Amino acid sequence: MNTNSNSYTFIFAIVLVTVVAGLLAFTAIKLKPKQEENVRNEKMQSILTSIGVEESREHSGKVFDKFIKEQIALKSDGTVDMEVDAFTINLKNEIKKDPNQQRYPLYIADNDGKKMYIIPLFGKGLWDDIWGYIALGEDKNTIIGAVFDHKGETPGLGAEIRESWFEEQFTGKKIFTKPNDFTTNNFVCVHTVKGGAKAGDEHGVDAISGGTVTSNKLSQMIEERMKHYLPYFQKNK
Amino acid sequence: MSEDKALFSKKNIKLLTDPLNDNNPITVQVLGICSALAITVQLKPAIVMAVAVMFVLIFSNLIISLLRNLIPNRIRIIVQLLVVAALVIIVDQILKAYAFDVSKQLSVFVGLIITNCIIMGRLEAFALGNKPWASVLDAIGNSGGYAIILIIVAFFRELLGSGKLMGYEILGHKAKTIAESTGLYHYGYQNNGFMLLSPMALIVLGIVIWVQRSKNRKLIEQH
Repeated sequence: MNTNSNSYTFIFAIVLVTVVAGLLAFTAIKLKPKQEENVRNEKMQSILTSIGVEESREHSGKVFDKFIKEQIALKSDGTVDMEVDAFTINLKNEIKKDPNQQRYPLYIADNDGKKMYIIPLFGKGLWDDIWGYIALGEDKNTIIGAVFDHKGETPGLGAEIRESWFEEQFTGKKIFTKPNDFTTNNFVCVHTVKGGAKAGDEHGVDAISGGTVTSNKLSQMIEERMKHYLPYFQKNK
Repeated sequence: MSEDKALFSKKNIKLLTDPLNDNNPITVQVLGICSALAITVQLKPAIVMAVAVMFVLIFSNLIISLLRNLIPNRIRIIVQLLVVAALVIIVDQILKAYAFDVSKQLSVFVGLIITNCIIMGRLEAFALGNKPWASVLDAIGNSGGYAIILIIVAFFRELLGSGKLMGYEILGHKAKTIAESTGLYHYGYQNNGFMLLSPMALIVLGIVIWVQRSKNRKLIEQH
């Protein structure tokens, strides 16, 4: 068998490609259910973490409904779209649509008698996607907690948005200048401040040293996403 | 049975130990530099990467060595690439299903593993022309050498760049003010942020090569 002949080369290539493709397809199909379950559980875990409920990923799936009482998809005018399942909304694809066509998922939780509103976030970091969840308290103004994650930010720099030291800063910050007024002029949101937020700044947290771009993009993501929920808050004062 | 054929003959042991020092893939063969710079910002991802590279190198070396007499010469590079890429993707798929947290750490580096020159380099230089068991030993040796350098560089970069090792604060806790800080930070010590950037990784690597060449007689070039 001449391994350098044309016909052998062709046959070898065809056989190898077929075997590899088959192997990859088989692996992907067989493992898909378990992978999707992991992703679902992780989403539930992140949402629960934002309201201060720390659970393992597997357990999050079981206790999710105990805490999250409503999952609604909002239209741009603040009304609820009953046809859409909020949990299944893929934000990565959703934000590409025109803002008037988008559906904005909102999770309403009950933790120890206190009502909380969890807003999912999604945006572009320095290198790749960043996302997270911000939970607001009953007053729809004070932040209870925040959870962030990223796909490819720089380790030690932009990647620090995942760390608890960064996320914990958001607790207690406010997104409106006056309580109970959910109009756009009153909406200042919360921002990362390069060089560190001043003590007592209700709307600022420390940015990450060496991770300025990621920090800025995170602030932009929070503001862009949150502003779409103002109509709903205003309607449901 | 000649001594050469024994599983752990002198020749085979050399395959394991040479790449750790005399023929280190990073500092002597100058392969795999990109990942040595990219993921050595922290110790934990560096270790995860070293384990992943070891796994991929061992299995791809084995597979290519088993197929070495069947692979047409003209497409051998592409075949090597195909085997490595398929292996990495299958590993990633399995991790995503059964070790989700590890796969998240690895997700950034999957591409880096496939393009890691050490893997292609060893397939081309060794596996294509040697028997399976020798190829496996060569893979273990080279990934071991790779791991050692990665750990050394990551150790200094994480310690000096962020004051931590494996995520644990070693030099004290840095609070907003010097007075509130503990450990070295209390005396005004500041982390060297430059250590977290790639140029410093290259310089640390250069220093490692310098130290290695001074201590290892065999690497000192004769003029």
